[in-house]
Amino acid sequence: MPTKIEKDALTGRHTTGHEWDGLQELNTPLPKWWLYTFIACCIFAVGYIALFPSIPYGRDYFHGWLQASSRTAVDADVKALEAQRAFSMDKIKYTPIAQVKDDPKLLAVATAAGRIAFANNCQPCHGAGGEGRVGYPSLADDTWLWGGTLADIQQTITYGIRSGNDRARNSVMPNFGAGGLLTPAQIEAVADFVWGAFYGHAAEGQDLSKGRAVFAENCAVCHGANGEGSRTVGAPPLKSAVHLYGDLRAAIVAQVTNPRMGVMPSWEKKTNITGLDEATIKSVAIYVHALGGGE
Amino acid sequence: MASMDKLRNAAAEEGKVSQPSLYASQVTVYPKAVHGPARAVKWGILVFCLTVYYLLPWLRWDRGPGRVSQAVLLDLPTRRFYLFGLELWPQDIWLLTGLLILSAVGLFLVTSLAGRVWCGYTCPQTVWTDLYMWIERLLEGDRNARMRRDQGPASLDKIWRKLAKHTLWFAVAFWTGGAFIMYFVDAPTLTVQFWTGEAATEAYVFIGLFTATTYLLAGWAREQVCTYMCPWPRFQASMLDEQSLIVTYQNWRGEPRGHRKIDAGKPANAGLGHCIDCLACVHACPTGIDIRDGVQLECINCGLCVDACNEMMVRTGQPKWLVTWDTLAGQKAKAQGTHEAFRFLRPRTLIYAGAMVVGITVMWAAMATRARLDLAVQHDRAPLFVQVRDGSIRNGYTLKISNKTQARAEFVLTMHGLAGGAMLLAEQPATPAPALVLPVDADGIGTFRLLVFGHPTPGSDGSQQFDFILRNATTGERTTYTSVFMGPRGG
Repeated sequence: MPTKIEKDALTGRHTTGHEWDGLQELNTPLPKWWLYTFIACCIFAVGYIALFPSIPYGRDYFHGWLQASSRTAVDADVKALEAQRAFSMDKIKYTPIAQVKDDPKLLAVATAAGRIAFANNCQPCHGAGGEGRVGYPSLADDTWLWGGTLADIQQTITYGIRSGNDRARNSVMPNFGAGGLLTPAQIEAVADFVWGAFYGHAAEGQDLSKGRAVFAENCAVCHGANGEGSRTVGAPPLKSAVHLYGDLRAAIVAQVTNPRMGVMPSWEKKTNITGLDEATIKSVAIYVHALGGGE
Repeated sequence: MASMDKLRNAAAEEGKVSQPSLYASQVTVYPKAVHGPARAVKWGILVFCLTVYYLLPWLRWDRGPGRVSQAVLLDLPTRRFYLFGLELWPQDIWLLTGLLILSAVGLFLVTSLAGRVWCGYTCPQTVWTDLYMWIERLLEGDRNARMRRDQGPASLDKIWRKLAKHTLWFAVAFWTGGAFIMYFVDAPTLTVQFWTGEAATEAYVFIGLFTATTYLLAGWAREQVCTYMCPWPRFQASMLDEQSLIVTYQNWRGEPRGHRKIDAGKPANAGLGHCIDCLACVHACPTGIDIRDGVQLECINCGLCVDACNEMMVRTGQPKWLVTWDTLAGQKAKAQGTHEAFRFLRPRTLIYAGAMVVGITVMWAAMATRARLDLAVQHDRAPLFVQVRDGSIRNGYTLKISNKTQARAEFVLTMHGLAGGAMLLAEQPATPAPALVLPVDADGIGTFRLLVFGHPTPGSDGSQQFDFILRNATTGERTTYTSVFMGPRGG
């Protein structure tokens, strides 16, 4: 408690009575409204503490009477967004896919929904940008094993490939080597032919006629006489720079000897409980189509 | 608090420890109306500032069909600032920084030349306080009438006048808050929406907020804002020097002050200075100080005391300008009977003026030469590149073209440094071509996804730099963006 209040001779003002090593403090009064504002702020703070999350209890905390939480707010926002999108998604469901693409508003919704659904479901095999990898076709290039139109893509996603679904895209590459349809020598010859004539690695003056004959007799029915492939049976084009199972000659031998045949699940809700609804499938098809190679 | 003061006083009377309060009650200031040049200039500036503030949002500006038609509009949702013929994009926000720096330096310059004229004449706090005082005077009369009524008992006359004053104050506050919002949304639209209840919640909140602050600050807080809230009085001391023109009481001429007798020849008048100690300067002061105490923190340099004193000097037959604008150095010289000329050119003013000239030049040059065209390119990250059937490599890019002109334009995109490169827009069937024509709306940003086909240089590490060149087909303005084309290593 200050005791020695004096009048300062120089300024004619009172001191507060505080003294530190001979230094005294002049009394400069604070305006009263400032004090009242301070008190009002304190009262506001008490109310704020009561209404909002404020006091930590160790593991838990005081949630406040309003039970305010940014988590609940986010949930509400997400719900509101879903409700907002529900109308558009419904519209996408009942609109033919080509018309969805022509409607800028629906296209924007479909692209956004498709991107998310793609990242959640397709990315593990086909890659973040649809770039694919060995055995899993790239969706960003211009090669389509089963067709690259919007309708083709929608069908592939809905029913899958060799998925067991009744309407799945199905085909089998014969087991030429292990099944004994071709001798190892014939397999080497046909590999030479594909590697040389289609992959473009033919050595100068190399004789490919033996392999050509084997190809014409066994492979051309699906892969085409000129290696152009066939979409009706999902036979990959061989005269191409893009190769599903890699760019090595050994991969050709391996594929003819004991073929790998990729499987893609059916995404329709009816046969796949983790599947996607129709509007989402359409959205994914539109998104995939736009990755770079859509036809 | 009042009862505490009473207790303290009682204690003091009893000879116990007396402690002056640490808190000061607000002393109501009743400024008296004055007439004179300072008042006239102050009215002029007030009318000009308020007219501009209230009416500017209503000024229209033709920017073509379908475009914003408000002359001054700070359109935050679309991120455009419209200032008459000028249109600023978010990239131009540094101009605001420049403007603020220029304003600060300008304030320093003016203060070192002519004291706190900003505070006295143009500060919004001063302008609105003055307007509110005018309303107060209109309804409650001048200083004496107001003081008498405030001290008197509650009467019908007192109540209706107070009620009318606060209603008018509130109306002005509301118009002030409303006008502020109109700088951010189209004025006629907002006005209609406000009264039909269709305006955005934010509009109501901000109008309410600015109505409340105007009413409180100009009606109630007044000089308290200048004295206790504003930082400017605190650091103005470093801008002022003995060469700054400030409102000054000419001590050497006025002292010793004193009431004089009517007959000028009476011996009682002998030895008195020109100051008749009538307190006219004190009564006119909007911050309630006595200018005769010298330079002080509360003085806003408005010069109303000059007008008030001049009136009294004329009436008492003495020379005018006892309270005047002068420098401390000038006063010192005059007290000694010499003369010191006002010095415009001092290191301080030259440095401030130089900084302003440099700032204005740089900003003007930057404004005049700023690009009306901007190109931003983002290379796809996944996948970095794609090989297509015929063996060539394809890269994906997202282009953003900013068309800052006022007309829709076609932009010609070409590439430089990518041999044999060709491009097309994704999702638009076409044969890849070496050049594309891309239309972008007036004042718009066009986003395009571009697929570029090429063959990377053999033996390289797969990535190759090249330039996108974009040209506005109408104006011919060009810009270049250096990007990269990726391919397999050793491709």
